[in-house]
Amino acid sequence: MKPFDFQHSATVEEALQAKNSESAFLGGGTNLLDLMKKHIAQPDTIININDAISHRIEENEIGVVIGAAATNTAIATSQLVLKKAPLLAKAILKGASPQIRNMATTGGNMMQRTRCPYFYDVHLPCNKRAPGSGCSAYDGHQRHSAIVGYSEHCVAVHPSDMCVAMVALDAVVNIKRKDGSESVIRFADFHRLPGDHPQHDNNLPDQAIITSIVIPKNKLNKHVGYVKIRDRTEYAFALVSVAAAVEKKRKRIKTVRLSSGGVAHKPWRWREAESYLKGKKPSEKVFQRAAEIVAESTNPLAHNEFKIPLLKAAVVAALHESFPSKS
Amino acid sequence: MLLLLPNSLQAFYREAKETFFPAKKVQPLQVNVNGTAHNIDADTRTTLLDLLRENLQLTGTKKGCDHGQCGACTVHVNGERVLSCLTLAATLPGKEVTTIEGLENNGNLHPMQEAFLENDGYQCGYCTPGQIMSAVACVNEGHTGSVEEIKTYMSGNLCRCGAYNGITKAIQQVAS
Repeated sequence: MKPFDFQHSATVEEALQAKNSESAFLGGGTNLLDLMKKHIAQPDTIININDAISHRIEENEIGVVIGAAATNTAIATSQLVLKKAPLLAKAILKGASPQIRNMATTGGNMMQRTRCPYFYDVHLPCNKRAPGSGCSAYDGHQRHSAIVGYSEHCVAVHPSDMCVAMVALDAVVNIKRKDGSESVIRFADFHRLPGDHPQHDNNLPDQAIITSIVIPKNKLNKHVGYVKIRDRTEYAFALVSVAAAVEKKRKRIKTVRLSSGGVAHKPWRWREAESYLKGKKPSEKVFQRAAEIVAESTNPLAHNEFKIPLLKAAVVAALHESFPSKS
Repeated sequence: MLLLLPNSLQAFYREAKETFFPAKKVQPLQVNVNGTAHNIDADTRTTLLDLLRENLQLTGTKKGCDHGQCGACTVHVNGERVLSCLTLAATLPGKEVTTIEGLENNGNLHPMQEAFLENDGYQCGYCTPGQIMSAVACVNEGHTGSVEEIKTYMSGNLCRCGAYNGITKAIQQVAS
């Protein structure tokens, strides 16, 4: 690691005052320290924000409010989350290991970088790590690359499971800027597609901080499923994952959300498949058709077409998981 | 080695080092480990793992991958299992760290340590301190309902010898 100054901030204002382009906020550190050890992140100053940001998970008139410093474990074991947003707990428990979930924060989970092997190998070109150097994965090893939304400059995927549930639940992100102003970003707009500037993972403005995430009130808490397919049963990043949350009315699907991890530079919503499912009676045939629609909107790379059958199976399995009794 | 060089070369070396390598930043730190408070001047880059092994000579906690992928460095901070290789020591003031050395009680092994011995929960032993710290937390968290649940909640600790069945048995024994 490059030597750095360590600062502890007691308030959001203090943290923002200390922030500049050469400093980095520290949440759980589970990704940042790894990147620093590999000299991919080289901040001059580390600002510990764990006492500056809320850890609370509470309910208000809009929905469930999760402090950006709440740990993954705190969310996954929160009675409020299990009751109001069980999909979120399900997705989090499929990610990382118990030790990492005890450390990782909500804001940090959103800000984590891709695990594309070429991003991590500092000896090879990578537009995300060294803009303009090229994308090694575009013609390289693509087991963990995107199948939708990529560009010729970057085919990396966002590694989070938590964010897949957040985007399905139409969460919103509260941020605060250095000048004191606050604003709200829809979770679906928080992460961005790589385009010509893959060095930017998200749309968080410079020198701004995530203060909390809100999951708006919904009736998507009865029928939920999260299916993650990976190279080993536990503790691995997704090849593909699918989150499904359904509201049923008179045996028909009234509202449905379908999203995926491991497929794009951001957590991905399958809106065409959602439109198709709306109003249908849940059945194997309907689920299969939804999976077809999902697959039709993808465009796999030369070496990751294998993800398509996995994705289709995961869509069907996640929808089945949402309806545990036969329906 | 450097002292054997002529003074002019020593000066050149120091100048080059200062030019190309930024100087380390040291700050005082108070950490509580296994019930004892330690005051240390530590490089800000020091991880909890390095602090334990290099500064406090508590070498029971092992360095496996140093990147959060193997779990060999698992310790408890405020009673929760965490990875010491990804924890900056500077974040620890006010918190209580427990390592494998802190599990014994008046010279007696912790029941989980006994269970690992009885059930052959290891072969080479390198991952064992991390496995035991994780196993103690796994029981405390109540994730011992089935073999599958134990395996899921122990998935952050890798064992290259493949002593998983013994580890699982040890955890079941302590949980019952």
